[in-house]
Amino acid sequence: MEVVDIARWQFGIITVYHFLFVPLTIGLTLIIAIFETAWLRTGRPEYLRLTKFFGKLFLINFALGLVTGIVQEFQFGMNWSDYSRFVGDVFGAPLAIEGLLAFFLESTFLGLWIFGWDKLPRALHAACMWIVHVGVLFSSWFILAANSWMQHPVGYTYNAENGRAELVDFWAVMVNKVQLVTFPHVVLAAYMTAGAFVIGISAWLYVHHRHGAADRTSTDPGVVETARTDRAMYRTAIRLGAVFMVVGGIGVAVSGDIQGKIMTEVQPMKMAAAEGLYETHESCAPFSILTVGTPDGREEKFALTVPCLLSYLGTGSFDGEVQGIDELRETYREEYGQDPGAAYYTPGEYVPNIPVTYWSFRFMMGLGAAGAVGGLVVLWLTRRRNDGATLPHWVGPVGIALPLALVAANSFGWIFTEMGRQPWVVFGLMTTERGVSPGVSVTEALISVIVLTVLYAVLAVVEVGLLAKFVKAGPEPFTEPPDPGSPDHDRDAPLTFAY
Amino acid sequence: MILGLELTTVWFILIAVLWIGYFTLEGFDFGVGMLLPVLARDETERRVLINTVGPVWDGNEVWVLVAGGATFAAFPEWYATLFSGFYLPLLLILVALIVRNLAFEYRHKGDTAQWRARWDAALILGSFVPALLWGVAFANIVRGVPIDADKEFTGTLFTLLNPFGLLGGVVTLLLFLTHGAMFVALKTDGEIRHRARALAVRLGIAAAAAAVVFLTWTQVITGSAGSSIAFMLAAAALVAGIGAAARGREGWAFLGTFVTIALAVAGLFLALFPDVMPSTTDPAFSLTTTNAAATDYTLTVMTWVAVAFTPIVLGYQTWTYWIFRKRISTRHIPTDELAGAR
Ligand code: HDD
Ligand code: HEM
Ligand code: HEM
Repeated sequence: MEVVDIARWQFGIITVYHFLFVPLTIGLTLIIAIFETAWLRTGRPEYLRLTKFFGKLFLINFALGLVTGIVQEFQFGMNWSDYSRFVGDVFGAPLAIEGLLAFFLESTFLGLWIFGWDKLPRALHAACMWIVHVGVLFSSWFILAANSWMQHPVGYTYNAENGRAELVDFWAVMVNKVQLVTFPHVVLAAYMTAGAFVIGISAWLYVHHRHGAADRTSTDPGVVETARTDRAMYRTAIRLGAVFMVVGGIGVAVSGDIQGKIMTEVQPMKMAAAEGLYETHESCAPFSILTVGTPDGREEKFALTVPCLLSYLGTGSFDGEVQGIDELRETYREEYGQDPGAAYYTPGEYVPNIPVTYWSFRFMMGLGAAGAVGGLVVLWLTRRRNDGATLPHWVGPVGIALPLALVAANSFGWIFTEMGRQPWVVFGLMTTERGVSPGVSVTEALISVIVLTVLYAVLAVVEVGLLAKFVKAGPEPFTEPPDPGSPDHDRDAPLTFAY
Repeated sequence: MILGLELTTVWFILIAVLWIGYFTLEGFDFGVGMLLPVLARDETERRVLINTVGPVWDGNEVWVLVAGGATFAAFPEWYATLFSGFYLPLLLILVALIVRNLAFEYRHKGDTAQWRARWDAALILGSFVPALLWGVAFANIVRGVPIDADKEFTGTLFTLLNPFGLLGGVVTLLLFLTHGAMFVALKTDGEIRHRARALAVRLGIAAAAAAVVFLTWTQVITGSAGSSIAFMLAAAALVAGIGAAARGREGWAFLGTFVTIALAVAGLFLALFPDVMPSTTDPAFSLTTTNAAATDYTLTVMTWVAVAFTPIVLGYQTWTYWIFRKRISTRHIPTDELAGAR
């Protein structure tokens, strides 16, 4: 095993793990801001209960997003020092700007939101969550600009003297055409994911609502009334979640469609790999929903295909030409040389891992679509304001599966994007193999990947346990929060929130 | 050129400022974390301590993320050599920061004493490890480490564990402990405040002794005129801070350790300049502000961004401290929370 293999595994594990929490953070900050604003506007108690309930779940999630992000910031230097030297001039700038513009904003205003219930006037308190959301969007913008540059380098020159890529046009990096579609795709996918989370949790609680099965048969008017208002509240949440799901879903499909065309243009090999298409199709290339065959996809035993769809995905026209892997490999060899890292990638130089790209592309779309359907089913079942009704029991497990499907769809999207770019770390400029730190030993790299993986696994258990506990507890009953804006607010009362 | 300074020098200064921001701010919340078993007698007091930094620790920590990002952008070679070279200590720091941050967020979310005790341990250890290791790392950067012609660190973990490096670690550890105690004295009320103040004086004396040895040693190996002034002022600020604490002037006392840390870090950067990572193998291999830097274009872009946004960041961070300025005591800790529903 070489350092580069370990470093790749580490990057994959660490980054996919970070991105389990990121989509929820992006989407939930907006949803919570909307709930809190709705409470301010209408004064209806359920909005505050939802704000606090989803706020709690969000914070459990955010904590892990934050700590795993810290590792991200430093691992370029640790495992990928030659990469860092090569790209620092271009890639470092968005990363640094992200910290200054986004992380300060997120962390400071989130602290104010968590601890500020009894310190800030109500409108300002709600504004804090809106500001956090803006911070999160800044953060996504800059990190995605950095990543898009790796997919499609622009605004730089190559300095042969010191062997580095040097920035010449910062603006070009900011409006990289890959970035302009990646940002909406990722952010809308995150909205979709958070929508699924809200729908799923609310549907689960609708079925197993707060006081458990005993209440369902209870005739005590107090219990019946609580159950009724709680159901109305869950229904409100489900409907907002559904808006996120549908708007996000449409946006993801539209932006993904444009991404496919841009990707075919800047990284044709990735599109060929997404289909395992070896031979160039001058027109009407088919798209297979699934294939059974040899792992590298050269021979198929069975395939469910849609004629001409790949041509459409890649070019926007059903009779567009899609180049195949074999032809592209020759083109790449001519353009970039015979052998990018033959030792590493033989025999498929310039060809990414086909089964991974093929299936991750399908899982991204498939799980996303499955999630969207699940969300629509829940919406349909709760379409009437009939709060006495209960939902069928199978809605509970569906509720849990919904957010998981969407989180997985996000991971597969990244796995496709990154693995499909291989063997390049910066497309056309630097292979992954050459980016790795020359001074780091196999032992060091192994220690780090093992320590972080074990730690992350333990934290995953803790996180799931906490989420389950607080989901089961459900939203708390309404209590009027302190109003620091009012003249008789007691400034020396116990803290409303304390660690 | 800005104000007659090369852009590379400007960025050297800005990175020093980011580290100063990090050590002066996160320094006290490391201190508070480490003092948890010393200053608090029961669960309520532990919660008082933790809540003194509750709303601000995350904002404090971002300083190091920006310092890392800014180093990557402004001095890519420095970022690459430093973090791949100091691999295992950095890994330890990262692990410590992870468990420590989660301790803040998760400790109060469980109901059992065992759950809280485990997160207490995470908070204490997670504060101790970086408080020590950042000092070790900085002492080694200033002193120089083996770096070859390819700008690669050629030492091992044990290269870093030399007496000078370890002393640097002890100094940051003691300074952060003192700083934390001063902060607790400033931010709490009741018994805990008095305990913190008394402890701050004792810790301060120990920190002063260690710091004087370390800073003098630094001055001897690599000091400049500028660093000597910074170190002397740092020592004076520490003495003044301890005096203020002894007389019960907590605000001045905290300002004293704040200024001490700021000046000591400034002095280390002054001693370092114009190198960013001197090589002990051959001075010709040293990384400097010029041979490790990004291009002028990148530095210009970054300068504009920094000029436009740093004042805003400083503005709202200061405002946060103002919002949460009130002292906390045991009676502010809510007791009526529903178990499990916090
Ligand atoms: C599209 C969004 C996105 C992507 C692709 C990434 N992140 Fe991330 N990151 C976020 C969106 C985000 C966020 C939503 O803004 C987080 C999640 C939790 C949080 O605190 O903010 C965050 C947190 C976060 C933090 C902690 C910030 C804090 O303390 O407040 C750091 C240092 C990073 N990230 C760094 C990275 C790096 C170096 C990445 C590239 C490999 C990366 N992130 C991928
Ligand atoms: C914008 C944030 C990024 C995300 C979410 C992301 C995500 C991913 C994912 C999902 C993988 C696949 C892991 C695997 O299966 O091996 C991966 C691989 C990789 N990425 Fe990225 N990436 C990001 C940015 C970067 C950056 C900035 C680098 C710079 C070094 C990078 C370099 C790599 C490398 C070297 C691999 C390993 C190659 C491989 O395993 O195939 N990525 N990344
Ligand atoms: C109609 C459905 C979709 C299409 C056509 C589509 C298309 C694409 C394409 C072509 C890429 C690769 C971009 C590149 O490498 O240059 C991509 C990446 C990605 N997709 Fe999708 N996608 C769809 C649905 C989804 C869904 C439902 C999600 C998650 C909820 C999702 C999340 C992602 C993520 C996180 C990435 C990686 C980041 C990026 O490069 O944008 N996608 N998608």
